Amino acid sequence: MTDELGKEDGYDQARWVDGDRYEPLLSEKHTREVEIDTPLPDELTRDSLDLPDLSEPELARHYTRLSQMNFGIESGPFPLGSCTMKYNPKFTEDVAALADGAVHPDRDAETVQGTLGLYAQLQDYLARIGGMDDVTLQPPAGAAGELTGVLIAKAYHEHNGENRSEIVIPASAHGTNFASAAMAGFDVVELPSGEDGRVDLDALDASLSEETALLMLTNPNTLGLFEQDIVEIASMVDDVGGLLYYDGANLNALLGRGRPGDMGFDIMHYNVHKTFATPHGGGGPGAGPVGVVDRLTPFLPSPHVRETDSGYERYAPEQTIGKVHGFHGNWLVLVKTLAYISRLGDEGLRDTSAKAVLNANYLAEQIDYEVPFSPFYHEFVASAGDTDAADVAKAMLDYGVHPPTTKWPEIVDEALMTEPTEIENRRSLDHLAAAFNAVASTDEETLANAPQRTAARRIDQVGAARNPRLSWHALDEE
Amino acid sequence: MGTYDTGSPYAPHTSAETEAMLETIGVEHEDDLFDIPEEVAFDGRFGIEAREEQTVRTEMRSLLGENDDLVEFLGRGHYDHYVPSLVNHLADRQEFITSYTQYQPEIAQGFLQVLFEYQSMLVELTGLSVANCSLYDAATALGETATLASRVRQTTGSRVLVPEHLRSGKRGVLENYADGAGLSVDTYAMDDGAVDIEALGDSIDDDVVMVYAESPTVRGVVEESLSAVGDLASNHDALFCLGSDPVALSVLESPGSVGADVVVGEAATLGLGTAYGMGLGMFATRDQFLRQVPGRLVGVSEDDSGRRAFTLTLQTREQHIRRERATSNICTNQAWVALRTAIHAASLGPDGLVELATDCIEGAAELAQRVDDIPGISAPVHDRHHFREFVARTDQPAPAVAGDLAEAGYAVHAIDDHLLQFCVTDTNEEHVDGLVEALSEVVR
Repeated sequence: MTDELGKEDGYDQARWVDGDRYEPLLSEKHTREVEIDTPLPDELTRDSLDLPDLSEPELARHYTRLSQMNFGIESGPFPLGSCTMKYNPKFTEDVAALADGAVHPDRDAETVQGTLGLYAQLQDYLARIGGMDDVTLQPPAGAAGELTGVLIAKAYHEHNGENRSEIVIPASAHGTNFASAAMAGFDVVELPSGEDGRVDLDALDASLSEETALLMLTNPNTLGLFEQDIVEIASMVDDVGGLLYYDGANLNALLGRGRPGDMGFDIMHYNVHKTFATPHGGGGPGAGPVGVVDRLTPFLPSPHVRETDSGYERYAPEQTIGKVHGFHGNWLVLVKTLAYISRLGDEGLRDTSAKAVLNANYLAEQIDYEVPFSPFYHEFVASAGDTDAADVAKAMLDYGVHPPTTKWPEIVDEALMTEPTEIENRRSLDHLAAAFNAVASTDEETLANAPQRTAARRIDQVGAARNPRLSWHALDEE
Repeated sequence: MGTYDTGSPYAPHTSAETEAMLETIGVEHEDDLFDIPEEVAFDGRFGIEAREEQTVRTEMRSLLGENDDLVEFLGRGHYDHYVPSLVNHLADRQEFITSYTQYQPEIAQGFLQVLFEYQSMLVELTGLSVANCSLYDAATALGETATLASRVRQTTGSRVLVPEHLRSGKRGVLENYADGAGLSVDTYAMDDGAVDIEALGDSIDDDVVMVYAESPTVRGVVEESLSAVGDLASNHDALFCLGSDPVALSVLESPGSVGADVVVGEAATLGLGTAYGMGLGMFATRDQFLRQVPGRLVGVSEDDSGRRAFTLTLQTREQHIRRERATSNICTNQAWVALRTAIHAASLGPDGLVELATDCIEGAAELAQRVDDIPGISAPVHDRHHFREFVARTDQPAPAVAGDLAEAGYAVHAIDDHLLQFCVTDTNEEHVDGLVEALSEVVR
């Protein structure tokens, strides 16, 4: 193992085989500084460019090795709460790669009827699934969808001659809700959770006023609990003239069983990279289409797509909020979304929510950690009790599974927010439960030293932030 | 495939398994797991028919086949360069494409290192010291910069200045971001397609928090007085935000050297190709604004064994911690596109990047000359250096000319009554002869 054989460019074959993985930076392998000589006058160009210079086989190995230091959905169970990490069907990639779909965003509508037809069909499918009247596909992510929805609410109120200044958001909501509200210039009114983990109607009543532009809710909420009082909540918001927003992060739990539109929501976003199985891509791209009810359709972003007698057209809705993406959104992601929904149909969509909820409930039964709030749907929040939830997560890594989301929502001590999704069968859920339980019975010292079997041992986060080194240039300066 | 017998092919439960699981839970039927009030429950009938995988592929191929097969000479912010097969195959490895944001860095070292290398390449290209690992697109990156400008400013200000020639979609996004931060967007005039320094000097005052310029501009013009823009901005305590892209930056003067505080732009110019406007927002800035950066940053640290390791860092800027006081609401980003951009840049290497950029300068100049040789049309309209694209003036109405060209199989921009715009890159240069011939016929 200490043999010099197999060591080149800092890469140690023997270490790799042992599972002890490390890959030098591109810049540590080979770089080249090229003098710049172009037809432009010298004063308009840089003098030189210094970047990695490697052969295709070297690059193929570099990225392949890096990929082997990364955990994907096909690597093992991925029960990351609130993220809906489901299997990404392979065929959707092939559909997205179709050459006929690779058109420029400025093409005249008459020459891209296929692309616009796909937009129209996906708008229609999503509207049906959410119980909405129309849907925009422009927002490139869930948070961008939230901002879009907030801007629509703002434009709606302003159109009615009202300048409402507040958005009400439950304390347990996703951080993006607060940030999106603030980005559009609203004040955030935080709604404390009730003792049962749901919206407390008295607290809601106290937080609503004629300043309320919007109440943002996710349902089931971040504890996985369905807001039983949703009809009452919708009517309370309506009574003060506010609008009701649905954060689609947890829509997987409701597919084919309940539609936000039927519950009184006026605006919603869909996280297609969660609910509709488009890949998360290591952080993105996703897409955050936004659905609205009839009275809000004039405010949708521009351009919008609709079918006419002579085909599909782009148009600017009458009171449009304008643009939320430079062009038309994350095209490749939208193609995959339509492919997935078409594959599943009514039956598959309703079975998805059934199995997602079945799996969460089955897994919760199998694990030794307490789950304080129930009945939950597609996810549950267990408590690590006196143990640091982050330690639990690190120890789970050694069992070949991805850990749950930790320490959030804060209403549960040392939270382990767990969402197995519908893709696991009983065998893999039993394996996952075994990993939870093995960790639950592990001593504190072992937990504190975990993980031991991953490409890197536990990483010093504080040190990274205290001394930010964000490029190989910064490393060279040391 | 497999033994599932439920409604979704991706929910692999047999009936027996489902029964056993229900029994463990202690309910009879999976419907019993739902307590949705009856008045808002839904029966599942969306009217969407389930189709076999093969059927969906056939259907969607047929639908997209409705698009006309045109050779595109289109740009204006969305560009096509040849993407090597290496990029597709490596980026589609499941360990990359199906993974999540790197909140557990011990099992995400691979992606974190790729993003660190992407950030590093942008640092080299921009001459600025900090690059984030992606925003959605060039337009939202510009919008984020306006909000950053209003936060870092010592005194209050209420305006951002943008050039007369700017993509309307980009301006639209900027207006939405700016409005929320209490800013308005004003225009400064251009002179023959480039920044008019005198006009900018007249427009700017201490109320301006950010000046935006692009090089190349939306019309493909290479700016010649960026340092003067930087000086004007800095004299008024305004941020200088420069728009560009990684290919252009491979040869153009370094933004850091002309006084840019922030560089934004479309980084998917490398790595993605034509994708109906889907992009990758590039964002780089100076050290002094590090804690105001929107989006994710990857930094170096070490693990318990003392070895170098990568991790997301400075997360207290972000929405999941700082909530309404975060620097941005961005969460899901374009990480996988950044991965593609990094692989594409690495596969070109410095020589390949410079060669590609040089072709963008020569190709635009050559096509402009050939277009100018056609009676009834003159090009380039702006007596400037160009990159990838240029504007031409037509005697006939431009929309009609563009329409006739589409009939002949070529897509170009009609940007005004008598202005066309052409973009030429390595992916359409082989069709230049055909375009010139068709154009000669059309304007005859």
